[in-house]
Amino acid sequence: MTDMIIPPPAVGLRRLRAAFKDLTLGRVCLTIVLLLGACLMVFPFVWMLSSSLKPTSEVFDADFRFWPRTFAGVQNYYDVLVTQPYLRYLLNSLIVCCGILAVQLITAVPAAYALAKLKFRGSTIFLGTVIACLTVPINVTSIPIYLGLVKMGLLDTYFSMMFPFFVSVFAIFLFRQFFHSYPDSIIEAARVDGFTEIEIVLRLILPAVVPAAAAFSVFSFVAHWNDLYWPLIVVQSQEKMTATLSMMQYRSTFDINYGRTFAAATIVTLPMMLVFLFARRAFVRGITMSGIKG
Amino acid sequence: MARLTLTDITKSFGDTQVLKGISLDVHDGEFLSLVGASGCGKSTLLRIISGLETADTGRIEIDGVGVDEAAPKARNVALVFQDYALYPHMSVAQNMAMPLVMGRLPMYARLPGARFLTPNHTSTRREITSKVEQVAEQLRIAHLLARRPAALSGGQRQRVALGRALVRDPSLFLMDEPLSNLDAKLRVEVRREIVELHRKSGLTFVYVTHDQVEAMTMSDRVAMLQEGRLLQVGAPSTLYGDPASVDVARFIGSPEVNLMPVRTVAGGLDLAGQVLPLATRQPEGATLFLGVRPEALRLVEAGAAGAEPATTLTVTRHSVEDLGGELVVHAALLHAPDIALRLRVQKGSDARAPLMVPSTFRVGVPEGALMLFGADGQRISDPVLSLSEVMA
Repeated sequence: MTDMIIPPPAVGLRRLRAAFKDLTLGRVCLTIVLLLGACLMVFPFVWMLSSSLKPTSEVFDADFRFWPRTFAGVQNYYDVLVTQPYLRYLLNSLIVCCGILAVQLITAVPAAYALAKLKFRGSTIFLGTVIACLTVPINVTSIPIYLGLVKMGLLDTYFSMMFPFFVSVFAIFLFRQFFHSYPDSIIEAARVDGFTEIEIVLRLILPAVVPAAAAFSVFSFVAHWNDLYWPLIVVQSQEKMTATLSMMQYRSTFDINYGRTFAAATIVTLPMMLVFLFARRAFVRGITMSGIKG
Repeated sequence: MARLTLTDITKSFGDTQVLKGISLDVHDGEFLSLVGASGCGKSTLLRIISGLETADTGRIEIDGVGVDEAAPKARNVALVFQDYALYPHMSVAQNMAMPLVMGRLPMYARLPGARFLTPNHTSTRREITSKVEQVAEQLRIAHLLARRPAALSGGQRQRVALGRALVRDPSLFLMDEPLSNLDAKLRVEVRREIVELHRKSGLTFVYVTHDQVEAMTMSDRVAMLQEGRLLQVGAPSTLYGDPASVDVARFIGSPEVNLMPVRTVAGGLDLAGQVLPLATRQPEGATLFLGVRPEALRLVEAGAAGAEPATTLTVTRHSVEDLGGELVVHAALLHAPDIALRLRVQKGSDARAPLMVPSTFRVGVPEGALMLFGADGQRISDPVLSLSEVMA
């Protein structure tokens, strides 16, 4: 019996020793650095969460405490969720994000296929132009687009909210790189078998592009869900307001209700957090593929 | 069943002219191999026949009908690729059905959900399925129909690729080095199967390969290309035994043909100082090449009974490759070590034979097996005779 009892601590000890065996100074330092980095990343979220429970007066208290002295959480969240049409805002965000994504995919996939696999005069110039367009920030084009939308009387419509993002140069470039490695012989076999070019894209390329498209979708969705800049410019009415934009309503010249703003921020972030938990792999792939941090 | 006629095909990529005027006739039901070193233009020629590439000039006819402008689909040719080019996300059955789906169903009927709207859709689909099953049966891949290409071995993928090509009853069957991704043993097996397939189907096959053994063993005729030109077209035995040029002689046959530079002199042919008692109709002082296949050379054993050949060369042994049934002896002329000779010798029953090849030995050269090439590499059809014959 004693023989049977003694081994467990020994095993436990061995495990502990094994765990500490790799523990070099370098590893300890690395872990500490990573831990600090993680804290730095998480802190704004913690602060947001904490502030969303506080009354405005307490948000800017010198000594930071996670749990508020006066609990205003219920009031803040009630104001955000009930006193305004919050579901409407969420729906608007969803419509805009899905609309943008759909058109981006529809335009980017054929364009990328053409740039990657078709031989035509000027294809290199086209590709160069596409890459050059990557460097143009939206702030440059927003004024002419805004003026155009005003002239057409399209301000404050879903169309106006989506329009500048319909063609994603980044998506074209990403998919082109992806298609470039697709074997030519399969495409040629398809041509011999009688596929039309459109059918090659739909039946062969599209199934192959699913991983890249998923990654890009996550990227695009997050980017436009969080976008504040463009909705702020073109949205005028409550009915078209996106969830992110709705946070701005608590600001007025005389009074800024920071507690409520933070509560709204928490709720706006929540859907993306949930998506992240479920589609973490696609998120990570999207970010590594794009090389841009969302 | 179709006859293919190529007339004066040229093709350039940028500044490089890949095909320099190819004219070729492939008979109905023939197995023709396009053979040549890599970069000779054979694959480009095949792609031009299939319609994936367009020729700069020249004319392509299938059964007498010009197809220069026709899309690949309209030519009704089947193409088997080196890497098989199966559709990765489709099952074997779907892969094989694709040419028929594309060929028999109109565009609108291929859209998803079209089966509910188009009349005769189900019956066409059923025909396609039964055709696919029939071909799969024939190629012994019926048990793989539900699998994806990724779950198949190289040989199985190869069969699926053949099946996909075969299912549409093509008029021309084109293959681009279909065996080069298989291991050596499987290659021999599939080689036989393709020959069998050709025999059974009676289709016209055009087969591209860089492997002269494949070309020799499989084809009715072999067309050899080099640097965008056709060097010779003929039966495998013709290319081997009666090559039109040094290049053909060297490419076809393994081990490589022996080539010896000679000069015509008064008493015969001067081979690096040794005058061989051979006569040609070439003028005196002409520089020529004597070619002889490795198996035509004979080891002359000292003191052996029987008449000695009139022409013998003394050589030094370099190395001996034991192939089991026969030996390949690498040697060089004793008096001119830069002229190498290869011999193929039957080993007989003596297991110690490799050791029996002495370090210096004599080689008999039968006049009848000698091929004569000019200094430009072109074949000279004159026979090479022994001097004693000429005297007689």
